[in-house]
Amino acid sequence: MKKNIFSKRYLKETFIEGGLLMAALFSVFITISIVIILAYESYGFFKAVPLKDFLTGTQWTPLFAEPRFGILPLVAGTLLTTLIALIVALPLGMLVAVYLSEYAPHKLREIIKPVLELLAAVPTVVYGYFALSFLTPILQKFLPDLSGFNALSPGIIMGIMIIPYVSSVSEDAMIAVPMHIREGSYAMGATKLQTAFKVVIPSAFSGIAAAFIIGISRAIGETMVVSIAAGGMPNLTINPLEAVQTLTAYIVQVSLGDVPHGTVEYKTIFAAGMTLFLMTLGFNLLGFWLRKRIREVY
Amino acid sequence: MNTTILTELKAEAKDLNFLYGQVHALKDINLPIERRKVTALIGPSGCGKTTFLRCFNRMHDLYPHNRYKGEIILYPDNVNIISPEIDPIEVRMQISMVFQKPNPFPKTIYENVAYGLRVRGTKKKQVIDERVEKSLRGAALWDEVKDRLHNLAFDLSGGQQQRLCIARALATDPRILLFDEPTSALDPIATSKIEELIIELKNEVTIIIVTHNMQQAARISDYTAFMYIGEIVEYDRTEKIFTAPSSKLTEDYITGRFG
Repeated sequence: MKKNIFSKRYLKETFIEGGLLMAALFSVFITISIVIILAYESYGFFKAVPLKDFLTGTQWTPLFAEPRFGILPLVAGTLLTTLIALIVALPLGMLVAVYLSEYAPHKLREIIKPVLELLAAVPTVVYGYFALSFLTPILQKFLPDLSGFNALSPGIIMGIMIIPYVSSVSEDAMIAVPMHIREGSYAMGATKLQTAFKVVIPSAFSGIAAAFIIGISRAIGETMVVSIAAGGMPNLTINPLEAVQTLTAYIVQVSLGDVPHGTVEYKTIFAAGMTLFLMTLGFNLLGFWLRKRIREVY
Repeated sequence: MNTTILTELKAEAKDLNFLYGQVHALKDINLPIERRKVTALIGPSGCGKTTFLRCFNRMHDLYPHNRYKGEIILYPDNVNIISPEIDPIEVRMQISMVFQKPNPFPKTIYENVAYGLRVRGTKKKQVIDERVEKSLRGAALWDEVKDRLHNLAFDLSGGQQQRLCIARALATDPRILLFDEPTSALDPIATSKIEELIIELKNEVTIIIVTHNMQQAARISDYTAFMYIGEIVEYDRTEKIFTAPSSKLTEDYITGRFG
């Protein structure tokens, strides 16, 4: 009966525990390594380019004979396409979530949800060509000023692409709202719609905020669609009809090209990557803060 | 000389039957609900008392495969409120409910009370302000919350949350107020506050309460109906039920021999 830490049982437990810890530490280690490499390479970049020029410059032409390193055009391109995507995805995603959680009969929901989630399984390169060769020509019929490469078409397509992320996570949060909260609303004479919008959505707020953050991060980080359909022009504009370049598309462009390693031009991709990382980090922190602020009580 | 006390009926169940799919949950219920009195429904778990209560505000309409048969007549209108031709939302606008577990909405104290008015489309701030104050006073909560009306309702204690739910139910001037075991999630002090409140409220509104707690029924109700397996075994004045029940089953239940 004496406790023997070398017994088979204890060894097995220790071994498994150690294994699990390693698995957890491994992903943390990878994340930290990525941040360190980003920071290190960006540091090399900022030794050559003053931070002020980087943050306030309005031209991004690192590959030109007379290079300019103003990140704003890329940030603008990213924010513009992201904004368009969100204008499409957030309302539609919410409506889908409200329908699935509050209106759809159980059987229908079990069919619609997986089909919707298939939207997320389509390779993004397919979405990219869809935007370029299908949506853009259609939009050009209504908007004659629309250039062949533009922010609008990939923005809309990205929005459609992230609807399942938004709706699926929102719906999970809404369906988790306890029935007695809904009953409280119905008992006051509220309709289904009033109950959904005035009670269920606020009750599920933290989950819905998480869904929005996932959607935003997804849109900011999306690469293929914008590389293909938005054009490769760093362009400081808020006009969705013009061609733009996003941070991600720029990184792709440089990674593919023949920029020699170790040069400032090469290091620009780390500076752009760092900017991208800080943006998504910012949105994630915002989501975290929102969730803390509206604490869930159930 | 006529010595019977004249009472006035607010509602009456007539041959009410209720089915959950194939399950016959309520069988031929006949029960008068006296105006501005407290009617208690008691009985062992699963006897159908909550099912019966939820017929009064058509809560069963929220779920599929439920069927009502018979009538619940609301007086003085003489309307059968469980008739399929009657809009359940209209019924719920006149018959409010307080639930077993406090279920405030994720809104401020003020907005919780104002909810019923808002869903009815009341816009005038002055009207809403007045109703909110009146209802919170009616639910004996005003003094505790008047300085923090715009805090979240979740900041209140369980007993306060339940009184908030009562205030929410009162805000729309209901004709009948339904209580479904309103104190089962509360401590004894909060429970006695709610009980005092119910006794006060009957001056203004007809009350039906489902309770597991027989002392509670004895303390606060004027009439008691004892239910068993979907039927009403006995209905009488509360004193009579608790001192000289006519049915052996009722006696066994209230003396704790089963339940």
